[in-house]
Amino acid sequence: MAHFTKATSVKDWLNQRLAIEKVEKVLASEYWIPKNINFLWAMGMVLMITFMLLIVSGIFLLMYYQPNVDTAFYSVNYTIMREVDFGWLWRHVHGVAASVVFLIIYIHMFTGIYYGSYKKGREMIWISGMLLFVAFSAEAFSGYMLPWGQMSYWAGMVITNLFAGGSLHADGLVEWIRGDYVPAQAFLSRFFMLHVLLIPLAILGLIGLHFGALRIPHVNNQDGEEIDFDVEAKKYLDGDKAGSKVIRFANDFMAKDMLVVAVYLVFFFYLVFYHYGFAMDPVNFDPADGLKTPAHIYPEWYFLWSYEILRPFSTDIGLMAFAFAQVIFVALPFLDRSPNTVPASRRGLFRFWFWAMLIDMIVLTSMGKLPPEGAFSTIGFVAALTFIGLWILLPIITTFEKKA
Amino acid sequence: MKELLILAVVTVFTLVTYYLVEPFAHHAMHKHVESEGFAYADLPEITKTGDVARGQELVMGAGACIGCHSIEVAGMPAGMSPTDAAAAYGVNPPDLSNMGAVLEPKFLAALIKNPAHALDVTHKFDEAKGQMHPMVPFYGAGGDMDQEVADMVAYLQSIAVKAEDLTPAIAFENACGRCHAVSYEKWTQIGETPTFKYKKDALAQEIKLLEYQDSLVAYMGKLPPDLSMYIRSRGEHYISTFIENPQAYLAGTAMPRVGVSKHAAEQVIEYLEDAGDTKRHEREEIGQNVMIYMIFFVLFAFLWKKQVWRDLH
Amino acid sequence: MKNNSRRGFMGKAFGAVAAVGAVASLFAMKKSWDPLPSVKAAGFTTLDMSGYNENELVTEKWRGKPIFVLKYTKEMVAAFNETQMGRTIKMSDDHYMVNLGLCTHLGCIPSYEKDNASFLCACHGGTYDITGDVTKAPPPRGLDIPPFRIEGNKLVLGEEGPEYKKMLADGITLKA
Repeated sequence: MAHFTKATSVKDWLNQRLAIEKVEKVLASEYWIPKNINFLWAMGMVLMITFMLLIVSGIFLLMYYQPNVDTAFYSVNYTIMREVDFGWLWRHVHGVAASVVFLIIYIHMFTGIYYGSYKKGREMIWISGMLLFVAFSAEAFSGYMLPWGQMSYWAGMVITNLFAGGSLHADGLVEWIRGDYVPAQAFLSRFFMLHVLLIPLAILGLIGLHFGALRIPHVNNQDGEEIDFDVEAKKYLDGDKAGSKVIRFANDFMAKDMLVVAVYLVFFFYLVFYHYGFAMDPVNFDPADGLKTPAHIYPEWYFLWSYEILRPFSTDIGLMAFAFAQVIFVALPFLDRSPNTVPASRRGLFRFWFWAMLIDMIVLTSMGKLPPEGAFSTIGFVAALTFIGLWILLPIITTFEKKA
Repeated sequence: MKELLILAVVTVFTLVTYYLVEPFAHHAMHKHVESEGFAYADLPEITKTGDVARGQELVMGAGACIGCHSIEVAGMPAGMSPTDAAAAYGVNPPDLSNMGAVLEPKFLAALIKNPAHALDVTHKFDEAKGQMHPMVPFYGAGGDMDQEVADMVAYLQSIAVKAEDLTPAIAFENACGRCHAVSYEKWTQIGETPTFKYKKDALAQEIKLLEYQDSLVAYMGKLPPDLSMYIRSRGEHYISTFIENPQAYLAGTAMPRVGVSKHAAEQVIEYLEDAGDTKRHEREEIGQNVMIYMIFFVLFAFLWKKQVWRDLH
Repeated sequence: MKNNSRRGFMGKAFGAVAAVGAVASLFAMKKSWDPLPSVKAAGFTTLDMSGYNENELVTEKWRGKPIFVLKYTKEMVAAFNETQMGRTIKMSDDHYMVNLGLCTHLGCIPSYEKDNASFLCACHGGTYDITGDVTKAPPPRGLDIPPFRIEGNKLVLGEEGPEYKKMLADGITLKA
């Protein structure tokens, strides 16, 4: 039995039992963050806030949503949007947040690629981050099924059809996933389960892993400089705050984080109240009809680049390209053969690789939305080939990269 | 400075992506039809000044309107239920009480003289092939037909509600409600469903509605869609221009050019907004308050940051 | 140190601003939990009193609960004492029982014993007379009378008319 003394205060009582002071130091006041960072470093906090907005708004939607093919659409568009006080607010927050979270994820991801924050001990942060991307993608897809509009139904139909594996004709697998021959009650119920329980639990676990993976290597900085955190922390604690290369997570980093979050929330709430059409596609305001395909079916914007890699090729090749696109980002730490942990601007050819990849993904995204005709399909095809080409090039150009 | 550059780069890439994925793509996928301000340019203007009393005589008499149409405000109720009328005529002839307020006058005149032409359904009701529109055209009462028609229009305008009293519900029910249900406003093609104490009565009403819808499907080719969420799935511009000229969007459609006036069209849009975007006023009001609050939030966050970082830089 | 107290102040000020937002959100959340308009609207039931036959108990529904409606005969009314009269609802020349069909003891539905002109609750043996007044323990009081308002020959349950308010004031029934 550990030794306990009579407590001198509530804080002391808790401290003897839960070591709250130590926890506070490790997670907050003595969790050292480099000073040499910019606002992009706040994207993690922005993601946490957005995720919390999704959970809170989700809780209130969950109180009234009915996961039944006959009443789902009504429960969302009548009960929640018209009857529940502020129901429309939770729905708008949830829809906009679900879309904007991917914008922040992509910014966060590309920040990591630019500054080499996936290298030299940070590989697990990258891998857990990519797993989070997959989890969020699954969460978004399952969530989109729930209003049971035309897009819900047909996106469900198309994406589950992918699992037939082209020439493999694994129709049995497709039916097993759906629980029926077509997306119907079984399909809706299980995706409701995934969306509300299983995937959120997975996300929480992965966030824990992501944070844990960050703790030892510490946060990266704008120059990729390897900082001796003990030395710099001592400087800070001895009083030389301006001279130290590090700051406390709480309240130093948090204060700047909160400012970035505040500006982000202005943008976010503007979208929620005034400009939400991009997040709530008009096609999904038609109730699901299994006997009528909409003139244009497309996934949400954040899946378009991936969708466009699937489209230009014949079925089997397209599926292989699609599978490649899903997993290749995870391999980044191992495909980048250079040990240089510096910003892309100082990495020779990698600089061009970075901008080419970013622009290519934007081209793929826009082509993915457009009808696959004429110039659009040609550009999409070229962009898809470029994507594959860039990944093949990566190990080559980084092998020959000059040491920074 | 560097951070501003980074912000600019992120913003530019985001806006470019947004532009390509939203406005540009939607423009590429969907036809854009300009509004013509409900001018109905293909229809002739009314050149004569209508006489209300003479118009009443014609509507009740030689015009033979009341042979099929009820006029509730003039004490002429419908002789058959909508279901029976639809079964008998193929379609339920509308009550004329408020048509003078809902329809554009020159459209009404053209409709009386040649229904299929005014309604723009000649592709479905081709006289040459002997396919007659259920509404019999007015062939004149012996005098100047243009004068007679102007008189009838003047009469119908006189019994209808005044423009400022044209509510969204009156406009919608008269212009669209005989074919389109709006379940979120509890509107069916045969009127609002009353609450019944006994299930038997509720089921009887449902049967009447289904039989009416059967007649509607036989007449139109398919059941006109429920419009509850159309303001959000189609948007104001599409609906307004569609009502004005259905053929421009869906060539060959059975939906008639209804002939609403610009004012009535605005009321119809408002009805649909009340149905599918009910909380828009609350959203705008709360939005304003939230934006003001967020400005304060940013200000205080900025001041806190400045203080914390004063001795860190 | 000056900086520390300033920093402390700005931090607290920002915290206060954030708290305002949090409270506003909590307010919105509380409102979302409220019963829906359609539920509150269903809280009113209109009974057409012209449809009842004398001495025939009919069980209606109001807010999901059973309502005993019994039209009394002239003979029954003539035999009522003051307490019993106080419990009836008079509409033109007719007298009615309109009671919540839930035992005031623990909420079971008492059964109508037509032969003894009484109600018996099987759960613990409580009995009520033909006007719903309690005649045998354990129920602590007579069957509750729902809020009602007389509108012509209709009774609107869920609204409080003057006759109901008088019953409350006289202690004949408790507020639902």
